[in-house]
Amino acid sequence: MHEISIACSLVKAAVDEAARHGVSHVLRVDVVLGALSGVEMDALLFCFPAVAKGTVCEGAGLSVEIEPARGHCAACGSTHDVHDFMDPCPDCGAWPLGLEGGRDMRLRALEV
Amino acid sequence: MCATCGCGQPAAQTHERGHAHDPSHDHSHEHGNGHSHTNGHTAETPSIVKPSAQPIAARSMIEIEQAILAGNDHIAANNRSFLDRRHTRGFNIISSPGAGKTTLLEKTLTALRARSVGCAVVEGDQATDLDAQRIARTGVPVFQIETGRACHLDAQQVHQALVAIAIPERGLLFIENVGNLICPTEFNLGEHERITIVSVAEGHDKPAKYPLAFRNATAIVISKIDLLPHVDFNIVEARRLMAGLNPKAPIFELSATTGVGMDAWLSWLQHMLPVEV
Repeated sequence: MHEISIACSLVKAAVDEAARHGVSHVLRVDVVLGALSGVEMDALLFCFPAVAKGTVCEGAGLSVEIEPARGHCAACGSTHDVHDFMDPCPDCGAWPLGLEGGRDMRLRALEV
Repeated sequence: MCATCGCGQPAAQTHERGHAHDPSHDHSHEHGNGHSHTNGHTAETPSIVKPSAQPIAARSMIEIEQAILAGNDHIAANNRSFLDRRHTRGFNIISSPGAGKTTLLEKTLTALRARSVGCAVVEGDQATDLDAQRIARTGVPVFQIETGRACHLDAQQVHQALVAIAIPERGLLFIENVGNLICPTEFNLGEHERITIVSVAEGHDKPAKYPLAFRNATAIVISKIDLLPHVDFNIVEARRLMAGLNPKAPIFELSATTGVGMDAWLSWLQHMLPVEV
């Protein structure tokens, strides 16, 4: 359940940014999660309201955009969006794929 | 600046971070809800927005684009600089509970002492200092972190350990993470190398089930190979999955109990020692 730690870091970053911009209430927190980041979106959505309680993010919505990795197949040369390390090439079935990206966890923006 | 080690990190932030985990204690029951985690298809849901009850008027956006774990990464970078100044190499050891991390460490430390390599150990467990007691018997400086209900070590905890024990000059620091193949993979501690251990008493499909732990490793250890005749562990299949996930990481097959395979492992560790210039 490391999503609680992630939620704590997220709320702290959002609170710091809100303070830097002189904002007293955050309406929505926008987050980008890489599909291969190892963070479970449902768990993060579940934790966030409790962690945000008592901060300027209390009651804020949490918007999560999943960012896929790009997987290149050395066998057939095709490139596809990938959501899992174990995904084979959808064209020829080969595995593994050469993976790029999909690992970030970013605080994208605050709606205030 | 941190008053303890002068690492450049504001002390106030240090303490804030240290306590940031406390709210988690209200929510430990969430593990019971953990089965939604197995639904990998949430990744295909592009976005979920829980609408706020606030009025729509006068809303505006603040663009940020910052790593969520930037705070942890910053402390981790300080930890790494701390080790670099001592020309000491840091290893973050990750495995499921019972894979043999502590036994391998005990044997490794004793062997490295015979080879005149200075070592220190940071032990992470949810509770007890039993592992630290075992390590202390090898004569190596050890610091035990009890994480309470937390399922992983973070950079701040390791920072506290680094300033509390004697870190060798031109040596090796082993950080034994909490037994868990999931959560520790997400948190950089400032290590130089990340070792993932899987024992043959576990399934050979572990790499497929916990790919991130193997993907991020700089070396992989298959432990307890003396048990191979007694367990259904297909080492060829395990190696195929490991190499697919992580073609660069060397794989060591060993038994800390019998000593088989230990020489290659120890030589690799010694090879990691920073070279004297």
